Amino acid sequence: MTLMQEFTKGIIKENPLFRLVLGTCPALAVTTSVENGIGMGAAFTGVLLASNIVISAMRSIIPASVRIPAYVVIIASFVTMIDQLMHAFTPSLYKALGIFIPLIVVNCIILGRAEAFASRNSIIPSIMDALGMGLGFTIALAAVSTFREVLGAGTFLGIQVLPESIPAILMILPPGGFITLGCLLALLNKLQKKYTW
Amino acid sequence: MQEYLIIIISAVLINNIVLSQFLGICPFLGVSKKLSSSLGMGGAVSFVLVLSGAITWLVRHYILVPFDIGYMQTVAFILIIASLVQFVEMVMRKFTPPLYKALGIYLPLITTNCAVLGVAIINIQKDFSFGRAMVHSLSHAAGFTLALVLMSGIRERMEDADIPESMQGTPIALLIAALMSISFLGFSGLI
Repeated sequence: MTLMQEFTKGIIKENPLFRLVLGTCPALAVTTSVENGIGMGAAFTGVLLASNIVISAMRSIIPASVRIPAYVVIIASFVTMIDQLMHAFTPSLYKALGIFIPLIVVNCIILGRAEAFASRNSIIPSIMDALGMGLGFTIALAAVSTFREVLGAGTFLGIQVLPESIPAILMILPPGGFITLGCLLALLNKLQKKYTW
Repeated sequence: MQEYLIIIISAVLINNIVLSQFLGICPFLGVSKKLSSSLGMGGAVSFVLVLSGAITWLVRHYILVPFDIGYMQTVAFILIIASLVQFVEMVMRKFTPPLYKALGIYLPLITTNCAVLGVAIINIQKDFSFGRAMVHSLSHAAGFTLALVLMSGIRERMEDADIPESMQGTPIALLIAALMSISFLGFSGLI
């Protein structure tokens, strides 16, 4: 596979949220507004990129029998850094994402990429893989949160786009997350049958 | 006493960990196809959740805070949970083989279950005393099991239903969860 393919596979063909249905917890919890969705995607991409680089660089040093605990410690350290950085520089986003920033550490996508890709490939492909997967996850979060924010609050990135009488508050309450993701997945299944990409 | 009752009701019904806080969605969607396996998963998660709730609280208040290294919380907690899961697995295999056989396959999955780490962090964020943290962990464990069992009951009946092809699998499960979540919203007036 070329480097470009490593990058693009995470966006469409192996999109972590829409195709592999991984990382559903943050995808449902923080997507009440587009800003939160993109913020979460950015934090996630940062952790994935850093952990993929370090794990790929250390892949010949880490013994196979303790690799999972080692990966978890590496990921947890980067999550702690992102957590502290966001606390200092983006306090309002930090408050909105709340508990889901430390919970990036148990996001199955990151450990999955470490195990399936970074531990077997050199640094440059691992960087492309992390960027593609991160961008794919961010796009997915942005898509879910666009539906929820427009239908639930009538705004897009805080700008009023629907008259105030239309929005259904249900869409930004917990059930709205399940409804949006369920419908989007069904729609993508349908589209995939029609046009095989 | 009243205080504990409020914690229990709010954790099990109002802020149900799966249906309103979105923690532990993966096992909720993955292991809810059969009633027996969802009971097994609920049992295994409850066990680890309560134990890790106790240990993380003690570590936070007797190691991290006195040494002023509170920022190491995420790293410390995930290591505690991962080793606890290993440890529980070994103890069960040695002393209670029937229980190990029943829960065995679910145990390794629990390390990456965000409900366990999530409840441990909430315990700290809300500054609970040890007793309250224990009640809080126990009731979230009960809430998780409740949601999982209800879901599997519905999904067992869905087996015979005629579902459109593109809705099969995860999409329909998410829509069922949405309806359950709407009905759990009704509990919000309880307190």
